[in-house]
Amino acid sequence: MQVNENKEFQPLIVAFCCNWCSYAGADLSGTNRLNYPTNVKIIRVPCSCRVNPMFILRAFQRGADGVILCGCHPGDCHYTSGNYFTRRRMTLLFSMLDFLGIERDRTRVEWVSAAEGAKFAATMNEFTEAVRKLGPNRRLEDLRCRKQ
Amino acid sequence: MQEAMIKRAKELLADGSVKRVIGWKRGEFAYDITPAVFESAEELDKDFVFDDFTSANVSKYLVKESKKEGKVLVFLKPCDTYSLNQLTKEHRVDRDNIYVIGIPGGPKLDIEKIKAKGITGILSVKNDNYTLKIDTLYGEETMPFSEAILDKCASCKSKKHVTYDELIGEDGDVLDSDRFDMVEKLENMTAQERYDFWREQLSKCIRCNACRNVCPACTCEKCVFDNPNSGVENKAASDSFEENMFHIIRAFHVAGRCTDCGECSRVCPQNIPLHLLNRKFIKDINSLYGEYQAGADTTSRAPLTDYTADDCEASIVHERGAE
Amino acid sequence: MQRIGVFVCHCGTNIAATVDVKAVAEALGHEPGVVISQDYQYMCSESGQNLVKDAIKEHDLGGVVICSCSPRMHENTFRKAAASAGLNPYLVEIANIREQCSWIHKDIATATEKAIILGKAAIAKVHLNTPLTSMESPVVKRALVIGGGIAGIQTALDIAEAGFDVDIVEKQPTIGGKMAQIDKTFPTLDCAACILTPKMVEASQNEHITIHSFSEVEDVKGFVGNFTVKIRKKARYVDETKCTGCGLCTEKCPMKKVPNEFNMGLDNRSAVYIPFAQAVPKVATIDPNYCMMLKNGKCGVCSKVCSVGAIDYKQQDRIIEEKYGAIVVATGFNPIKLDKYDEFAYNQCPDVVTSLELERLMNAAGPNGGTLLRPSDKTHPHTIVFVQCVGSRCDDSKGKPYCSKICCMYTAKHAMLIREKYPDTEVYVFYIDVRTPGKNFDEFYRRAVEQYNVHYIKGMVGKVTPKSDGKIGVQASDLLSNEQLHIDADMVVLAVAIEPDKTARPLATMLTTQMDTNDFFTEAHPKLRPVESATAGIFLSGACQGPKDIPETVAQGSAAAAKAIGLLCKNSITCNPCTAHSNELMCNGCSSCEKVCPYGAITYIDKEFRMPDRTTAIRRVASVNPAVCQGCGACTVACPSGAMDLSGFSNSQIMAEVDAICK
Repeated sequence: MQVNENKEFQPLIVAFCCNWCSYAGADLSGTNRLNYPTNVKIIRVPCSCRVNPMFILRAFQRGADGVILCGCHPGDCHYTSGNYFTRRRMTLLFSMLDFLGIERDRTRVEWVSAAEGAKFAATMNEFTEAVRKLGPNRRLEDLRCRKQ
Repeated sequence: MQEAMIKRAKELLADGSVKRVIGWKRGEFAYDITPAVFESAEELDKDFVFDDFTSANVSKYLVKESKKEGKVLVFLKPCDTYSLNQLTKEHRVDRDNIYVIGIPGGPKLDIEKIKAKGITGILSVKNDNYTLKIDTLYGEETMPFSEAILDKCASCKSKKHVTYDELIGEDGDVLDSDRFDMVEKLENMTAQERYDFWREQLSKCIRCNACRNVCPACTCEKCVFDNPNSGVENKAASDSFEENMFHIIRAFHVAGRCTDCGECSRVCPQNIPLHLLNRKFIKDINSLYGEYQAGADTTSRAPLTDYTADDCEASIVHERGAE
Repeated sequence: MQRIGVFVCHCGTNIAATVDVKAVAEALGHEPGVVISQDYQYMCSESGQNLVKDAIKEHDLGGVVICSCSPRMHENTFRKAAASAGLNPYLVEIANIREQCSWIHKDIATATEKAIILGKAAIAKVHLNTPLTSMESPVVKRALVIGGGIAGIQTALDIAEAGFDVDIVEKQPTIGGKMAQIDKTFPTLDCAACILTPKMVEASQNEHITIHSFSEVEDVKGFVGNFTVKIRKKARYVDETKCTGCGLCTEKCPMKKVPNEFNMGLDNRSAVYIPFAQAVPKVATIDPNYCMMLKNGKCGVCSKVCSVGAIDYKQQDRIIEEKYGAIVVATGFNPIKLDKYDEFAYNQCPDVVTSLELERLMNAAGPNGGTLLRPSDKTHPHTIVFVQCVGSRCDDSKGKPYCSKICCMYTAKHAMLIREKYPDTEVYVFYIDVRTPGKNFDEFYRRAVEQYNVHYIKGMVGKVTPKSDGKIGVQASDLLSNEQLHIDADMVVLAVAIEPDKTARPLATMLTTQMDTNDFFTEAHPKLRPVESATAGIFLSGACQGPKDIPETVAQGSAAAAKAIGLLCKNSITCNPCTAHSNELMCNGCSSCEKVCPYGAITYIDKEFRMPDRTTAIRRVASVNPAVCQGCGACTVACPSGAMDLSGFSNSQIMAEVDAICK
């Protein structure tokens, strides 16, 4: 969490992006100079199916306010089936977080292809705003990691 | 029933078809039953017990016992057979080295519910036509059997043995149970209410690991929570996050594999309804990917190692129900 | 702790205009383990690379972080530079501060702050990087083609042409497949046999091609470049090496009442048979279901008449084992069974035939010598009704959801040929749509309508009823004029949906390739890798991947061959070193990882472990074949104990990045 001069809450967003589609989509939004907030920090993974639920919890523990997972569109996975497994895993994980009362809008899965630079930027803008509205992550944070 | 079981176990030990027997024996108190391995007729005669308190699911002991030399005889209640099937499917037990005798299931009794009636100094508990006659240091007490049933038995999902080599008693059927009612009730709460509910429950957790250690799906050679390299190693929950994380990860690791035997909640010394986390996954899996009962067979593909091209998107979590 | 060098690129003004690169270099210089932190105008330039190389040598760096453009752009450049300076290339990490920072942000302060965080994440990761070495795996220079239809033949010929040995495994006694049964081909109407049989002969005479006819693939082990395949050579009770194909045995065989599958059961053959005159190999086969000698030991005529002594009643199935570098699947298709389509009276009336049966009825080598006669009474049909989409484009469970693709064109061909040869015959075609994309296809169809006056009626046939006078009542609706039609036909021809051969699914399991719900093999990428399966070294040819006509099949056969040749040309394959590996001490052997692996890279072995109490125990543990693993990481999450991890993207590396970003 960062607080800038006008005191607007600056959420920290961790974005896991698959190397083949979404990471390339993010690059494309850069190439096209499509802005999205600096709040978003991208971690490159070979496939969305590489993302372990532990990574997502870890991000929240260490102070992330939102975590978004981006992969190839269903049917387009570079490894043919990885994102299908991602989809089931994340559906169940997010449902569980919701069950525990964690705000739904802190987590998201989005399919972004290498050609969808505009979609990537729009998604990140939208997601950052949604998380900004929720305020700092308090329900799934580790107090010891809270920044003063 | 106990006599019939001991008799059969002795026969199988005597003719050499099995080398060991997994069953139950009494602990310090009459109601304090613990799983045990018996190797001789004498041991069986001395300690083997089967009564209204033998609720422990002993299938997990087969992970070790089935790998030892010689066959092992195990007495399994219907719910326990699901666990065995799941273990067989995951190659955690050597099914060929196991002789399963299916025995009738519960309902079994929950001593805490008897104690909750203010009954103390309990010496023995007898079921006399669905009235419990409780012999205590202070005289005999009675209470209805139905009021002392274990929660996991109250919402029993099946009286059918899904795997066995022989049966003592009759086999039953898969039941319609109301086991998802509480999950549904929570789902209908607001996020804040759910958060408060789980905070209250999970903050009681003392990280004794009983839930993990009793769970027949938690048989990892090395648990991620004990592994310094896993990044989540954690001996004691020192913070609300760690309380949450342990139970989320544990439930996730058994998602699609949990047979809903209910042991986690039964053994929790803090009475945290841990089974609700597992049932939430089971309910989601059933509604999103089709009915699936872990352990019903040994061949079907587990929901999390399977997919269809038209599975729902994760956004379904956002779309359904009120916040 | 690693000695790490950080290099921040200006990329001209691309980065430097929005990110204070000096501040980034300065800030990252204070990170633990960083011994040198520099910025430079163009890191990817020759002199920029030299800067990195020199620093590696001078400061004895154990890790390099380049803050620059996307790793998709220059990761390889910097890896190579590092390698040339003696540093393992996988100890280089890129922080993407151009595409994912300077180009999307405007405010210098926040962009610089973000660039520093991205740099810190890369440093955190590189601390945990380990040197990785690409494995080399040798390639066996021999290919296997499964299926000897036109797809398989074309693939085999092309591979052989390139100088590689290739084996064809065909389950029938002869190669040729469906094309051998076809009479004429659209849209040119040249005879199928005339263009196919020379290719069959060419295949049999090519020194690089070995044909295992009447054989099936029994087992496949191994991986790209190194498959071991067991082939079952079924007993044909005739010594292939001796038989000259003279055919005397087939003439003399007293058992002549065997349905002839080559002619779709429309006539009979003998128990010892050669499927058709141009069969390759031209070798007799004894059908054990009908041969009197094999059934009850009474006959032996063929053995007596065979002058070369080729008949061997004691022959057994033989299993041979061969090694291959590449496998091409060309298992083809079959028309679906019509058991569920009682409305078309196929099983009740011999004059209701499938299109493939019509091919045989019209073929000069067919049961009627090429004269179109009704199977029931051998009379000329005067009214013929064609029904399209029988079992294709079905939304119920009876048929197939897909379009079988070839039916529109072959029906136009049939209609045209019939009208050409028998102008007194009225031909009706009932269709849902007429689909004729393809070179000269629509012109062909229009010729059928305009020149040959074939009656095309948009509508489906509801019911076909055989009548007592030998006619067939066809009840149908004309959707355009919206009226019910009743036609008394002499013959009804069903354009039956095609489906993949039944052997395809067990084969896919053996090959660990993927199939769709219709049992068509799935290509590695629907647009960009249409002839490869997702499993390395397995290629797809012909209708096993989806319905195709002959030109498409041949094109795909050649394309698959080109891909296979590309593989066989290599002496060894360099494997991606970022692969999964299982920690045996933690592995439960539960098979979760194997279930999610799209490549079949994971197998299980029983391994002996010493236990803490000094006993030994045998446990089942996963083993990843690095030559097959593509490094997606699906297995790492499926693994509950965390025994499975991925080199280059390990659990600890990703978590270190998370921590650095969230700090």
